[in-house]
Amino acid sequence: MGVLVVAEHDNEVLQESTLNAVTAGLEINAEVSVLVAGQNCGGVVDSVGKVAGVSKVLSCEHELYEHQLAESLAGLIASIASDYTHILAAATSQGKNVLPRVAGLLDVAPISDITDIQSADTFVRPIYAGNAIATVQSEDTIKIVTIRPTTFDAAAADGGSAEIVSIDPHDDKQDLSQFMGQELTQSDRPELTSARIVVSGGRGMGSSENFQIIEALADKLNAAVGASRAAVDAGYVPNDYQVGQTGKVVAPDLYVAVGISGAIQHLAGMKDSKVIVAINKDEEAPIFQVADYGMVADLFDVVPKLTESL
Amino acid sequence: MKILVPIKRVVDYNVKVRVKSDQTGVETANVKMSMNPFDEIAVEEAIRLQEAGTAEEIVIVSIGIKQCQETIRTALAMGADRGILVETEEEVQPLAVAKILKHLVEKESPQLVITGKQAIDDDNNQTGQLLAALLGWSQGTFASKLEFTDDRLKLTREVDGGLETVSLSLPSVVTTDLRLNEPRFVKLPNIMKAKKKQLDIIPMDSLGLDTTSRVKILKVEDPPQREAGIKVDSVEELIDKLKNEAKVI
Ligand SMILES: Cc1cc2nc3c(=O)[nH]c(=O)nc-3n(C[C@H](O)[C@H](O)[C@H](O)COP(=O)(O)OP(=O)(O)OC[C@H]3O[C@@H](n4cnc5c(N)ncnc54)[C@H](O)[C@@H]3O)c2cc1C
Repeated sequence: MGVLVVAEHDNEVLQESTLNAVTAGLEINAEVSVLVAGQNCGGVVDSVGKVAGVSKVLSCEHELYEHQLAESLAGLIASIASDYTHILAAATSQGKNVLPRVAGLLDVAPISDITDIQSADTFVRPIYAGNAIATVQSEDTIKIVTIRPTTFDAAAADGGSAEIVSIDPHDDKQDLSQFMGQELTQSDRPELTSARIVVSGGRGMGSSENFQIIEALADKLNAAVGASRAAVDAGYVPNDYQVGQTGKVVAPDLYVAVGISGAIQHLAGMKDSKVIVAINKDEEAPIFQVADYGMVADLFDVVPKLTESL
Repeated sequence: MKILVPIKRVVDYNVKVRVKSDQTGVETANVKMSMNPFDEIAVEEAIRLQEAGTAEEIVIVSIGIKQCQETIRTALAMGADRGILVETEEEVQPLAVAKILKHLVEKESPQLVITGKQAIDDDNNQTGQLLAALLGWSQGTFASKLEFTDDRLKLTREVDGGLETVSLSLPSVVTTDLRLNEPRFVKLPNIMKAKKKQLDIIPMDSLGLDTTSRVKILKVEDPPQREAGIKVDSVEELIDKLKNEAKVI
């Protein structure tokens, strides 16, 4: 009995966070299987087969799984769960949507967003926006856990040679949920949660036009662009830019916070960054309490200068 | 349709919590408590659906100590019709919450359950999904827009890549994200009116459900503290530090 990792993908590309989940799985047991459920997702199956440390890839191709809807995917996962001690996924919007539903089907109490594994049943997870750290022990026979990708290294994408087996779809012809469409933010920049450098803007940016100042700096640094909730709520940038307790968690080598005050909900998403730079005109802004390098200045003055000088 | 809105009483989002010295949890004595902000968004959405004529009745449910009545009264003052408190002194974890809610759903027969995507205390993000699984219902998590068409719900979700739209069968469980709406402020006369609204109290034990905790909390600690660094005076100094001291660019 080993660990099952649920892969996240769009039928073409494997999400990098799955590699972090594989590492978490290997910390628990050397026997890690990965489920790839989708439609015409052979390329993903092949790439998971090459991931270092993966023993087995379970491939399940069916139109039911084309859009990774929780209602059908959870049924499939629950139907094979008894073969595993642990079911893991990354704590992405996908993992958070699907895994608790699997847990509900199996009468298991799921454990969300862990940052460390102490033993096969004991995990560490932040609570209260990271202002407290809980160590919790699962008393269920099957552990259903989402892992915080930034706290587990990515498994090497190459070097493995897993056995690939096809499994049957789980027979539920339910019409609970149908995919209608998506509006994905297009960007040539690195992905926010895995970028080495992130430049984020807050309410201080003042408008979506002004966000170009952030984008120009990000492009100079080959960085991803993030934002505070206030900037998203104000419509300066799309929702998927939000960093924080209830948005994305990032931990890049360098995080540059521009015009962001540093509310605890924002800090929850970025305070594990290696180096933090804050640019804010208010020297009392709480962001300076976590910044390695703070600059009390008007962002419209210094950010273009910074971009130019790099 | 009838809408059930489960809400949680949590430490107010403005409070910086302190870990108890015995490591059993965080200090909640003499700390400001409020409705979980995501649940407030859920209450607001239900009221808007009622104002639009889509919903007839809004029932608020909370599970916890008797002070949760205050939280329910806030939702009633916002405009919900009646409340139910499932009272207990015990810590109730999401799976047990979902079981209690399932029991109430079977009694109340709502067409829609709307609740917050996560509670800002334990940050679990589980209850809605667990409830949907227990009921065998569709789930619309992280919702930023709801539209009812014929007998289905068209729901826009905030996902990591942007937005996704799904069509859900009814009844359904919906969990709210931040951009769904902006909750209204409660007006004083409505607080008075809310005092007269029906609020039933059910002792949790009387339900005969398995509500034992399956996740044992071994300890709760302070996070590692980050030291404040230095202030730099110029762009040149900043670049120099990032290049030569931090070596990140
Ligand atoms: C349930 C809940 C969940 C939340 N989740 C999140 C989350 O996930 N992520 C998140 O970020 N927030 C979240 N928040 C919101 C959070 O509490 C703050 O409101 C938000 O982070 C503030 O964003 P901000 O720093 O951009 O805006 P503000 O707090 O308004 O700060 C703007 C800053 O810009 C500075 N500024 C203005 N003009 C200039 C200028 N010209 N030059 C330099 N500096 C300037 C100001 O001095 C100020 O410090 C959440 C809140 C709640 C209630």
